Amino acid sequence: MHSSKVYIFVVNDMASFVKTYKNRNYIKNSSGFYHTTITMIKMVEAPENFTGQGFQTTSFEKVIGMARANSLWPLPFATSCCGIEFMATMASTYDLARFGAERPSFSPRQSDLLMVMGTIAKKMGPIVRQVYEQMAEPRWVIAVGACASSGGIFDTYSVLQGIDRIVPVDVYVPGCPPRPEQILEGILKIQELAINESLRRRNTEQYKALLESYQMKIT
Amino acid sequence: MAILTSQIVIDDLIAKFEDDISEVYEPYGLHTFTTTREQIIPILEYLYFHNQFRFQFLTDLCGVHFPDSAGKELCVTYHLHTLLHNIRLRIKVYLPIENPTIPTACKVFASANWQERETYDFYGIIFEGHPQLKRILNVDDMDYFPLRKEYPLEDQTRRDKEDLYFGR
Repeated sequence: MHSSKVYIFVVNDMASFVKTYKNRNYIKNSSGFYHTTITMIKMVEAPENFTGQGFQTTSFEKVIGMARANSLWPLPFATSCCGIEFMATMASTYDLARFGAERPSFSPRQSDLLMVMGTIAKKMGPIVRQVYEQMAEPRWVIAVGACASSGGIFDTYSVLQGIDRIVPVDVYVPGCPPRPEQILEGILKIQELAINESLRRRNTEQYKALLESYQMKIT
Repeated sequence: MAILTSQIVIDDLIAKFEDDISEVYEPYGLHTFTTTREQIIPILEYLYFHNQFRFQFLTDLCGVHFPDSAGKELCVTYHLHTLLHNIRLRIKVYLPIENPTIPTACKVFASANWQERETYDFYGIIFEGHPQLKRILNVDDMDYFPLRKEYPLEDQTRRDKEDLYFGR
């Protein structure tokens, strides 16, 4: 029996990392190999800043954008098979938590990202809309799968032909259903939006006009 | 006691209701007949309360639309089952589309309540005396009856819903 320690490093610079840990004590195993266990964690890079001794300056826009993008709390609104794919996305293999979406929020007030996954019947429409209206700013919407994006194969009297008929959508993920990788890609697109959009984009005339086109008020 | 068959039930009904029972046939072993909206409730009650028959299970109640048969466009179909004898019956009532009214079966079968609302929702058949005849599955503000065969089929040449766009 032998035990190994787990070392955790935050690596910014591989050259200095090698230099620092070159002379560590490694464990020799029964096959004669030296080994150690290192878990490397990729951290988000600091935004563009000015650094001096003991201080660092940057703009709120950048640092808050970074914080928002890396702590998106999703509200999974799953109605069918795309919801099953989302469960896989959330679970350990694909691990949505890696991107800071650690806490799926089942309360609209505490969530940033509405993920509509699956067929939305016309009767469900007002409920999706109410959930969206209850979310606090800033809020993003992602339509996962063909049904949420366009009604999909259900081109019929009872199915809403895309959730963008009732709520504004930021990112569409096509597929029937999309694979977890595609859903992750959608989340990354939302992160890009969160980083790059102005902090007060939601107060712009454009955004007001967008909500007005959906007969919604800025809350 | 001789084993009860659906033929015996049909003969008994014809003896009692005479001309109100028509178009009797037996597709796939299921005895089917047509009656009128005036006689449907008395027939259901007769079958329900009959000492021997006991047709006390309304398996299904649904609508059908035959757009081409003039004066008999809409049809209400009742499927009855007697759990005592394991016999099924199918009863049809044809209605003109201009006046699609029929008395409710709720007073005989409580389970007809839901199914009549559904039939109203999809075919617009008015069940007179129903306690709450309003839409049940579709959105409340829908202004048409979606399962009537009044709407053209999808245009097969449309190009905006190709498999390519859905990852299939």
